[in-house]
Amino acid sequence: MVTGHDHICWGGGHHHHGGHMLAVQHLCARYGDVEALSDISFSAACGHTLALIGPNGAGKSTLLNALAGLIPPSHGDILWNGSPLHNTRREIAYMPQRTEVDWCFPITVRELVEMGRYPNTGLWKNVSHHDRDIVDKALVTLDLKDLQHRQIGALSGGQQQRAFLARALAQEAHILLLDEPFTGLDVPGTESLAELLRSLSAEGRLVIASHHDLGTAPRIFDHSLLLNRRTIAYGVTAEVLSPEHLYTAFGKRNITALP
Amino acid sequence: MNEFLQFLGEPIAQRSLWACAVIGFANGFVSALVVLRRSSLQIGTISCALLPGIALAILLFGLMQLSILIGAVIAGLVVGLGSLFISRTGKADHDTALSILHTTAFALGYIILIRLGLQQKVDDWLFGNIMSMGNTDLWIAWSIGSAAVLSITILMRPLLIYLFDARAAAAMGIPTRALSYGIFALIILVLVSSLQAVGAFLTLGLMVAPGATMYLLTDRATHMFWGGGIIGAAGSVLAFFLSYPLGWHLGATIIVVLGSLFILAWIFSPKYGILCRKR
Repeated sequence: MVTGHDHICWGGGHHHHGGHMLAVQHLCARYGDVEALSDISFSAACGHTLALIGPNGAGKSTLLNALAGLIPPSHGDILWNGSPLHNTRREIAYMPQRTEVDWCFPITVRELVEMGRYPNTGLWKNVSHHDRDIVDKALVTLDLKDLQHRQIGALSGGQQQRAFLARALAQEAHILLLDEPFTGLDVPGTESLAELLRSLSAEGRLVIASHHDLGTAPRIFDHSLLLNRRTIAYGVTAEVLSPEHLYTAFGKRNITALP
Repeated sequence: MNEFLQFLGEPIAQRSLWACAVIGFANGFVSALVVLRRSSLQIGTISCALLPGIALAILLFGLMQLSILIGAVIAGLVVGLGSLFISRTGKADHDTALSILHTTAFALGYIILIRLGLQQKVDDWLFGNIMSMGNTDLWIAWSIGSAAVLSITILMRPLLIYLFDARAAAAMGIPTRALSYGIFALIILVLVSSLQAVGAFLTLGLMVAPGATMYLLTDRATHMFWGGGIIGAAGSVLAFFLSYPLGWHLGATIIVVLGSLFILAWIFSPKYGILCRKR
């Protein structure tokens, strides 16, 4: 198991002790009068994979959205190395749920990955050799080089996931936020995506994903946050998904985390 | 034939030809935006909603070019944003609110225009009359068209990210709300500038068909914009040369030509045509 202390931080050039730190402090979020998240606190170092687990409506997506800066928290802070996360937007890459993507959109795999360079190039700057190299490297890393000129709808499910991950790599983001990435994948697809997420985190990224399958969670994610509007448990996945915690979260007996 | 050549020598014919090219290109270019956003029907309702703005402007300020333009923009904004407001604050959804607001606005505009004794004009507002375009109209169309093409070209990168994946765009710090209002305003401006040429009913075709045709022909989003512009301009110019000898209404001919091009692409597109579909 890779921990925050012994990985080579892929971000490079930063002096840090114990990894880059994401700290969520007393986070609350509401939709109108409904409190969707209440007093969520946890901290996670880069080099980990973290699952957000809870029943439907528990606030997994809301938390993910808040981390991505898509909704403003009503209270609390999200800090990255001690300063507000959303001052450093390029550190965050967001990956949508597969069902939310318009797969007919006229865009090739390469163009999708190039989108990740936008925070660096902005409106005007030419796409430099450096940018092109980074895009190439992301395509090679995720084994998409041969498919780079395909329209994204002409890919398999697993390839589509990898294309979006390649965009996150091209963005050189430190934090990867994924909305239910394992939904709709078959067993081999799940295995290879899990392997990929582990290797991305081993390189010093912090991978955070909402996840609904309790059976696969311990094999995929080293840490988990079990929530139901508030934090129920946080820590190493196997310990978080204990029967008592799951009962508190789901309100039902006979839910187990074992496959 | 001689008669047609003689007609081409007239300033009014040359103005119309230019108008076809300019308005066709601007609409075709913007149509990529409408198609990629999947908001065709919304644009259709808004184009019809421009009528009361025009009618009110005539009622208040007389038949003046600029006031008509401003009236149309305001009507479009009121109906577009008003329907959004109604759907967010009440129980009815956005489509419902938009349908009711735009037909009500359209009916109001019609009543006012009839009361003003502008029956003959009504046809022009509904179906367009390119021949009636003066030099000022052409200039307005040209300015709005260039502004649209220029701003879209400058903002192409963030715009495509937003259109494809609005949430990732927001996470990257792209001001998505400003972009969506900007797109809306731009579309209304282009609609208004083409109103005289093809009218409130037909303008929807001009603002969807070219982009939709390119959508069937290409896998690159930027090609949809430029290709849409070229199809819009070429189709409109072709319609100009068809309409005179056939004695067809020019605005209607433009829409028929563009609609036919779309059907041709739907059948024969090398990659996505129904004849050659691989998948």
